[in-house]
Amino acid sequence: MSGSLLLAGGRVIDPSAGMDEVRDVLVRDGRIETVARGIAGPEGIPRIEVRGLVVAPGLIDVHVHLREPGAEHKETIRTGARSAAAGGFTTIWAMPNTDPPLDDPAAVGFVREEARRWARQGEGGARVSPVAAASLGLAGKQMTEIGGLVEAGAVAVTDDGHPIHDPALMRRLLEYTQSFGIPVLQHAEDMALSAGGVMNEGAVATALGLRGIPNASEATVVARDIYLAELTGGHVHVQHVSTGEAVELIRLARRRGARVSGEASPHHMALTEEAVRGYRTEAKMNPPLRSEADRLAVRKGLIDGVLECVATDHAPHHYEEKEREFDDAPFGIVGLETALAVCIGELVQPGDLPLFDLIERMSTAPARLMGIDGGTLRPGSRADLVLFDPEEEWTVDPANFRSKSRNTPFGGWEVTGRVKRTIVGGETRYEDGG
Amino acid sequence: MTAQGRELGLGKDLIGLESLTGGQIEAILDTAEPFKEISERKIKKVPVLRGQTIVNLFFEPSTRTRISFEFAEKRLSADTVNISSAGSSVQKGETLVDTARNLEAMRIHMVVVRHGSSGAAKFLADRIPSNVINAGDGQHEHPTQALLDLLTIRDRFGAIAGRRVCIVGDILHSRVARSNIWGLLKCGAEVAVCGPRTLIPAGIKHLGVGRLGSIEEAIEWCDVLYVLRLQLERMEGGYVPSLREYNRVFGVSSERLARAGDEMIVLHPGPMNRGVEIDSDVADGPRSVILPQVTNGVAVRMAVLYLLAGGRPELAEDAKVGGS
Repeated sequence: MSGSLLLAGGRVIDPSAGMDEVRDVLVRDGRIETVARGIAGPEGIPRIEVRGLVVAPGLIDVHVHLREPGAEHKETIRTGARSAAAGGFTTIWAMPNTDPPLDDPAAVGFVREEARRWARQGEGGARVSPVAAASLGLAGKQMTEIGGLVEAGAVAVTDDGHPIHDPALMRRLLEYTQSFGIPVLQHAEDMALSAGGVMNEGAVATALGLRGIPNASEATVVARDIYLAELTGGHVHVQHVSTGEAVELIRLARRRGARVSGEASPHHMALTEEAVRGYRTEAKMNPPLRSEADRLAVRKGLIDGVLECVATDHAPHHYEEKEREFDDAPFGIVGLETALAVCIGELVQPGDLPLFDLIERMSTAPARLMGIDGGTLRPGSRADLVLFDPEEEWTVDPANFRSKSRNTPFGGWEVTGRVKRTIVGGETRYEDGG
Repeated sequence: MTAQGRELGLGKDLIGLESLTGGQIEAILDTAEPFKEISERKIKKVPVLRGQTIVNLFFEPSTRTRISFEFAEKRLSADTVNISSAGSSVQKGETLVDTARNLEAMRIHMVVVRHGSSGAAKFLADRIPSNVINAGDGQHEHPTQALLDLLTIRDRFGAIAGRRVCIVGDILHSRVARSNIWGLLKCGAEVAVCGPRTLIPAGIKHLGVGRLGSIEEAIEWCDVLYVLRLQLERMEGGYVPSLREYNRVFGVSSERLARAGDEMIVLHPGPMNRGVEIDSDVADGPRSVILPQVTNGVAVRMAVLYLLAGGRPELAEDAKVGGS
């Protein structure tokens, strides 16, 4: 029976139910039927022994660049979705800064349908939800037809890659999106303050002679957006928070009840500006890797729940685009296939965040925050699951990535925690060694 | 024949002074000493680098540095080729990595590279087996400039250690400042910077240098006043309101120098903006060592070429008479 299986004897972690127990999970017709002890396998449903593995709701990444349409040499919807599945993700949000950008319903529909088409052909990966452009052409001037975009499948709006600079446009977006119950995702950066910058402003940039991007470039925009969220009642989600200042601002705003949320990327929790030394373009991203104090603040923000979720900002680039002078190399790194292991290594292994909570931050929390399906093993819900071995050690080898691109600063890292199987709607979309 | 300056452990390339020790830097300066004399001869040529091919690869316009390298190479009998390209390699259409591979395919020995992007010299050095000498990369380093500055200071004071050096001007955008900061600190000098706060980079104190608030304070404090060129673009970029204002607040004038110690000297890497960062009577006055800097530039570059080609520091004396 397609879309049906019995996962027997795994350690079931379901943050939505407060569960961390050895249980069996019965999936029938693409949905969770039962989570219980000693389920007798019904006729015709394959039984898979998963003793020693964690069985959890599939991971959700609300910040991924799939590059299609327009830059298929870096990534496609197919390869990006498969890369996501290899990293344990069952739902990813595709950013609209493609060429052309996702600023009309046809483009949004294309991304959604393309992912489904590959899935029908047995080449599927994670579910792909398009995020639409907030402004036409990502130009920051005129609002897109958000109603039509939502009908076509858009789950949020953003101008990511660019910030929404005009405060009046941001205000209107935070008002207008409330009709559709979707958030505005903001790449918080004051482009005038960061103009020409290629890495964090500070001692390392000074020694390397590279132009810096100050923390204030992020913090000033976050502060402004918080006031606009309070003014309008809209939901602003701050993408890839990189500074201690922004974490503090969000913490205070949340205490006041503002609808402000934030995400932390694995690389901002694992690395600092020191990784850039030697002009390593695989450590060039925007926002940049910051100081050790910022790294610790972002980490603590995630641990405290001020930043609700982990998001990778998976940003594939072709190798020859990165094989350049530092100034000329594009910003961004891939992250889908290393996120879980890097987070386990940086947060769980040192004892700062229980595995249960990490699953919550990577699955249940983003689903709840964004009001989407997923992040739960409740009976009746879609059978989107990740099975991983939390103890298995492996070495990151970018040559083995499902992604088309290899631009990672984690190449050669010895990491712990390996995805063994990813199930989307009851269908296995990734199997380690399979 | 790309032996590695083995005696000094310099490695294959000279990318910057940050990675060198004070001992290595002093040894390069010692090696430069005997080469000074060659430029004073009637026939200014020795066969030390005969048969070596050197490419001067300049992606940024340069007159002084390029000519100084070319004299150094020719006086050591190397075969040289000059490649100049106005724009960056990207604008030109060929990537730097392709440029590197093509040069390598022509079987050269050394590349002297000037490039507008920080890190470009290291990028090239990591990809070709030839020796690479950084003639200025973006805002990162310009090591041979700093070496000639150090030699000039040593000539005047006998030693660098213990001297107080203040670098004045646009520290933020200056590769000359960075290389001098590393070189001076490693050789035991005390270093401070002075300039408009808009042009002093974040985290400068982590490099181990002090900051002086006013040009008057700087002049009273230092033995060596290192005056940087103020690029015209800095005004357009909004870092300083006008050149006139810059001269009023930070310009080095003979009136201001009246407060200096008797032995204090003034350096400038050139080309000068007379009347902006430095007044003509200072540039041409008794404290100026600006022309000796230029003369030392050739000797220092001869020393670097000689050492990277595998020459041993203690043989430099022999090299100059013709045996190698």
